[in-house]
Amino acid sequence: MRDLSHRRGWGFWLQLGFTLLVCALLTVPMAMSMLAGLTANYFVGLKSGLTLRWVDEVLRVYSGTILLSLQIAFACLACTLVLGVPAAYALARRPGRIARLVEELLMMPVAIPGLATALALIVTYGGVGDLRGSWLFILIGHVLFTLPFMVRAVLAVMGSIDLTTLEEGAASLGAGFLRRFATVVLPNCRSGILAGSLMVLTLSVGEFNLTWLLHTPLTKTLPVGLADSYASLRIEIGSAYTLVFFLMIVPSLILMQGLSRRGRPSV
Amino acid sequence: MPDSVMQNSFHLDAVPIRLERCGKTFAGGARALEPLDLTIRGGETIVFLGPSGCGKTTTLRIIAGLESPDPGGRVLFGEEDVTALPIERRNVGMVFQSYALFPNMTVAENVAYGLKVRKIARADRGRRVEEMLDLMHLGEFAGRRIDQLSGGQRQRVALARALVVRPRVLLLDEPLTALDAKLRDSLRLEIDRLLRGLGITAVYVTHDQGEAMALGDRIVVMAKGRVAQVGTPREIYYQPADGFVADFIGTMNRLGGMARGGTLSIGSATLPWSGPEGAVELLVRPEDLALAGEADGHLGGTVAAAVFLGDRTRLVVEPADGPALTVDAAGRSELGRGDRVWLRVDPARVLAVP
Repeated sequence: MRDLSHRRGWGFWLQLGFTLLVCALLTVPMAMSMLAGLTANYFVGLKSGLTLRWVDEVLRVYSGTILLSLQIAFACLACTLVLGVPAAYALARRPGRIARLVEELLMMPVAIPGLATALALIVTYGGVGDLRGSWLFILIGHVLFTLPFMVRAVLAVMGSIDLTTLEEGAASLGAGFLRRFATVVLPNCRSGILAGSLMVLTLSVGEFNLTWLLHTPLTKTLPVGLADSYASLRIEIGSAYTLVFFLMIVPSLILMQGLSRRGRPSV
Repeated sequence: MPDSVMQNSFHLDAVPIRLERCGKTFAGGARALEPLDLTIRGGETIVFLGPSGCGKTTTLRIIAGLESPDPGGRVLFGEEDVTALPIERRNVGMVFQSYALFPNMTVAENVAYGLKVRKIARADRGRRVEEMLDLMHLGEFAGRRIDQLSGGQRQRVALARALVVRPRVLLLDEPLTALDAKLRDSLRLEIDRLLRGLGITAVYVTHDQGEAMALGDRIVVMAKGRVAQVGTPREIYYQPADGFVADFIGTMNRLGGMARGGTLSIGSATLPWSGPEGAVELLVRPEDLALAGEADGHLGGTVAAAVFLGDRTRLVVEPADGPALTVDAAGRSELGRGDRVWLRVDPARVLAVP
């Protein structure tokens, strides 16, 4: 230990300082905001005391938006899994110019501003039945926006393993397509599927651009409610809302990270 | 012990394979394989040998059912026409260059995969997996993950996995290419022992002539999508059908000669001759050229290089005219660069190409 610390020159401390500074730059505003959500009166400051009153109020008034956000996020995950994994598989197994073109086209919704996508959806499907007032309309927007992330994540893993040969190996042992897909393709793409799922869940829960245009007063999601509360209510409520959002997303992030670590082969 | 176990309890059917007019043209018009007719006898180990792009792997994949032949081509296992069956319904065992083991399963699970697909009852499955792992000396690795194995162990798992389902034919696609030289030799011996013991019809693809000679009952030498020669290793080595085969297998010297009226002139010497007449190109193996004295030698030359290989010294001799010749001398030979030597040619061991 002593030997190591001897070797740490000014370069090490400079790097450490810089890293900590960047971390602080990112975390301090978040911490401030969350602290504001626990402060009795933000304008008076911390000396006004800490309280859970605002969090309680958010949970009471906005629990509907929280539940809807979760509902949409998991429905979105289900849709992107069902659509994205087979799509990634098809793209991975079909090397060629057309497949690459489709891959690029799939990324389009990411490149186009969410507002524009939402507007296009409203213009095209806004008049279809009750769709405009339904949460399914938001779901469609979210699937459109998150699908590329699922496809990319799964495709990246599929590209790194020799999928064709693995499947040929399974086929030579008598396995038909569905069995091969279930027992060889899916398990070996697990890390990509988990990474994609993580991405889709967090993106969907936090999505604002599309949702802001697609929502109705009856289909408000958490980020939309957050914007409302910041715009029209006390800052403590908005901050408490952020805290709730944070508490909601962090466990799922940790859970999925843990899952993906377990999926990795132990060496 | 393992040999007796194999012969008693694990002997596989010897199904012949027949290829009829099997050609392969890929989308885009590239001809990978000219229409090929070939019968592989039951229990025979046949080796497809050739440089990359010669069509050997395409042929194997047609036999396996991973590629279908161009219309008109047929693949028969015994009396059964399997041309229309995909690989999963042909009951073949296949070993890949890159192993193709499932990283999400243990060694035992990999070996059990084919049995599970065949819906073999759990108890029976366990027994057969265990038996096969023992046969391949893999018993202690049953619970390991694939990434915890060496290359040689992986390929033994791949062999076990392919054989445990008792396939009709065993197909091996360059199984040793990814291994280092020492491992390659020991695993080659193991594969040889297995194939002899099992009595299974095996098709083996390689670009390594040493492997082909050691393993093949017969070798199919291929070049540019065509069969250049089919024969036993000895036939291929000593009676190559053409210059390509001669050069591809081992080292071959080329000598210019003139045959006229029952005699053959090489350099300054005249030998009795019963081959074709006229100007001929003679093919001679290095071991069939002998060092001789000036009095009884046929060809004079200068040593351009001498490589000591332990059991022998390989000399490159430059004659007065014509291409350099490779000759094997005794290991203890003191000959070196610049020395003047004489060579004797045995006309009975010379192959003439008109």
